[in-house]
Amino acid sequence: MVSFELNGKDVSVDVPEETPLLWVLRDELQMTGTKFGCGIAQCGACTVMLNGMTRRSCVTPVSMVDGSSVTTIEGIDGPEAEAVQAAWEGLDVPQCGWCQSGQVMSATALLMEIPKPSDEDIDNAMAGNICRCATYVRIRKAIHDAADKLEG
Amino acid sequence: MTQVLSRRNFLASSAGLVISMTLPLAARAQSGAAAAFQSGATDEASFAPNAFVRVAPDDTVTVIIKHIEFGQGPFTGLATLVAEEMDADWSQMRAENAPANDELYKNLAFGMQGTGGSTAMANSYMQMRKAGAAARAMLVAAAAEDWGVPESEITISKGQISHGSGKSSGFGALAEKAAGLTPPEDPPVKSADQFVLIGTDLPKLDTRAKSTGTAIFTMDVYREGMVTVVVAHPPKFGATVASYDDSAALEVPGVQAVRQIPQGVAVYATSTHAALRGREALSVEWDDSAAETRSSAAIFEAFSKAASEGGKDAEMLGDGAAGIDGAAQVIEAEFRFPYLAHAPMEPLDGVIEVREEGAEVWMGSQFPALDKPTIVQTLGLSPESAQLNVMLAGGSFGRRAQDTAHFAGELAEVAKAAGGPGSFKLVWTREDDLHGGYYRPLTVHKMRAGLDGDGKLTGWEDVVVNQSIMAGGPMAQMMQDGMDPTSYEGSTKMPYDLGNVRVGWAQQESPVSVLWWRSVGHTHTGYATEVFLDMVLEAQGKDPVQGRLDLIREDAARDRGVLEKVAEMAGWDGTKVKGDKAYGVAVHESFETYVAQIAEVSDAGGYPRVHRVWCAVDCGVAVNPNVIRAQMEGGIGYGLGSVLFDEITLADGGAVLQSNFDNYRMLRIHEMPEVTVEIIASDADPTGVGEPGVPPIGPAVSNAWRALTGKSVTELPFLKTMEA
Repeated sequence: MVSFELNGKDVSVDVPEETPLLWVLRDELQMTGTKFGCGIAQCGACTVMLNGMTRRSCVTPVSMVDGSSVTTIEGIDGPEAEAVQAAWEGLDVPQCGWCQSGQVMSATALLMEIPKPSDEDIDNAMAGNICRCATYVRIRKAIHDAADKLEG
Repeated sequence: MTQVLSRRNFLASSAGLVISMTLPLAARAQSGAAAAFQSGATDEASFAPNAFVRVAPDDTVTVIIKHIEFGQGPFTGLATLVAEEMDADWSQMRAENAPANDELYKNLAFGMQGTGGSTAMANSYMQMRKAGAAARAMLVAAAAEDWGVPESEITISKGQISHGSGKSSGFGALAEKAAGLTPPEDPPVKSADQFVLIGTDLPKLDTRAKSTGTAIFTMDVYREGMVTVVVAHPPKFGATVASYDDSAALEVPGVQAVRQIPQGVAVYATSTHAALRGREALSVEWDDSAAETRSSAAIFEAFSKAASEGGKDAEMLGDGAAGIDGAAQVIEAEFRFPYLAHAPMEPLDGVIEVREEGAEVWMGSQFPALDKPTIVQTLGLSPESAQLNVMLAGGSFGRRAQDTAHFAGELAEVAKAAGGPGSFKLVWTREDDLHGGYYRPLTVHKMRAGLDGDGKLTGWEDVVVNQSIMAGGPMAQMMQDGMDPTSYEGSTKMPYDLGNVRVGWAQQESPVSVLWWRSVGHTHTGYATEVFLDMVLEAQGKDPVQGRLDLIREDAARDRGVLEKVAEMAGWDGTKVKGDKAYGVAVHESFETYVAQIAEVSDAGGYPRVHRVWCAVDCGVAVNPNVIRAQMEGGIGYGLGSVLFDEITLADGGAVLQSNFDNYRMLRIHEMPEVTVEIIASDADPTGVGEPGVPPIGPAVSNAWRALTGKSVTELPFLKTMEA
């Protein structure tokens, strides 16, 4: 039995301890906002926050999060997340949308660490998140817009 | 055969069923588009004047979208057309997927329900406007009756129905009354100068759900008692199962069953993780006797040889290739394009729930007209007892447009082999996706051009060699004289007056499955023709922009228009290299949308770095300019990643070398150029934008790279040329 805090609530799951957190979130807890894209931490679609840091849930054994705090797209809040999601809407960033939960998670984490990121900061923070629709132009602009709004 | 699911589980899962089809589809016995304009409310207070529009008591207007939404924008675009004609307010608009129903939701360009060829807007433009206009007319009639005033005195603006007497109403309050009226057969639509919403940057209807993780895709469907299934597929194309040993797989906790199906060996489990572990533990012997065992290198050599033999005539203008014989100078190049996987972010997946009578399916079906019959036939069901729910899909780029319905077939075989009722989710992993075939066909173009002593073109020849996408499938009947135009579209009917032209095609065979990949034949013809033309213009000492403009035919005004526009946008002055940056241009029409691009490129240690791209597009009436810009941006990124990095390679023996995003590299944010898009003002009927942004970026970058380094890149991807 593995127990952790998910989006502020205590949860326990009875699964093999090597089960990736991604599949625990989806199959056991039906938190489907976190997506499967590659299974080898190459695309970032499965990005969650583990104790406040971004983490690829597809390569994170659930045993690793025992006693920890996990936040998914369903649970993020706070000024950075709100600014990011508002900017995403303002620019109509998503196309197919599959990767966007992960993009929003990574962008939110970036702004929590660097409130006014440069283009290079954005490259460094977001290069692990693939968007096959190539919405990158708008992702970049939306992060700048969100930073401006937080500053304003 | 034992059932995978117990009877008890099945009963438990069926208890909570909700029939999710909300539109009554009992149309009168009428055919064609008129059948889609039948009235039939879903509940007492709703108003559904036809199969596309539903007005609820709370004033929301839901548009039923017959084209699958995977980012290219039909939810927003088609809803805009309805909102425009209803004079609705954008905030009251909603969109939902149409279920599989060929009669009501056929693509008017295909004659069956399906999305592809960038046809969604083009074929829906008048149909959806008529659907909205019919709804408006009925609401007006209902108001007139209710208020006792003439219809001609009633106006609607932003969802408010008004009369000069001061009476006003939203749509919802009149929905019930309107539902009782007879829909007009042929309601009038607005003229372009009356448009209020068309041509504006309306926010997309699906953005919020996709920014908050609440959008539901196929993989997000969880049914009670659902079993997750993965399939061990043959590692070589054309191979089959010889034998398998499932003893270790069955010992994996959570694995419930292993079954052989025509596509491979299926593992059924209580969770995705268990299914994947079960598949790892499976031991399968494959029969390779009918498999493709050639490497990509060997296939290229065979195709190159076929190119030398000239192929069959696909187009002959003037004296054809004869004009090249005896030319003072002959320019030649052989272009090689690898197999490419589409790699949509959501891999192929589907959910099927088999019940005592019938079945319900959830999948990102791009061709419901082919997927549903395949499922029905495999399971021996009647069409009426099966329902296919078309889901939002995490990208496609052509991958879900399966003329052979192979994924629907695999899903149905999985359910069939389970041996009884139950819910099954079939998931392909990224490895399944990249190994799974249905690639952009590996292609060779053998190009020749002749110049006379004055540098004038004497002839142009382009011999295309590849597998046919259409041959062997249900689309084969559309081929004429054994020719598949999707194999060489874009090489023929060029906008240039090149004098003597021959385009040849040599069809090749292989067990490797091939499919349309975002812009289909144009993925390679756009590159081959626009890079080769640039080489010819260079040999002639001509400017890449002016040289093209000089060649563009009088009747190719839209090609000319986008080329002139993009040159203006980029400030083209004939200087190909400025400092450490070079500029390349390409123009290409696909699916009747015209796109020109100029790329700004520098040399980043032997690799091209693309800084900026200017893009001009002419797609007729720009229904939603924001969506059009987004598709150009995305098409540029998609095309750029593929020309720089991507190839699916068959190793010696025929197995695929690439397996996941670590060795099939996607463009990432730091590699994405700035993109500036301008849309040519036009009153022509709208055409699609999902694909046409792709073809020009490769040749534009390649032409810039040749200007910068003197190197012609004729073998893709760039990465391969750089490593050579």
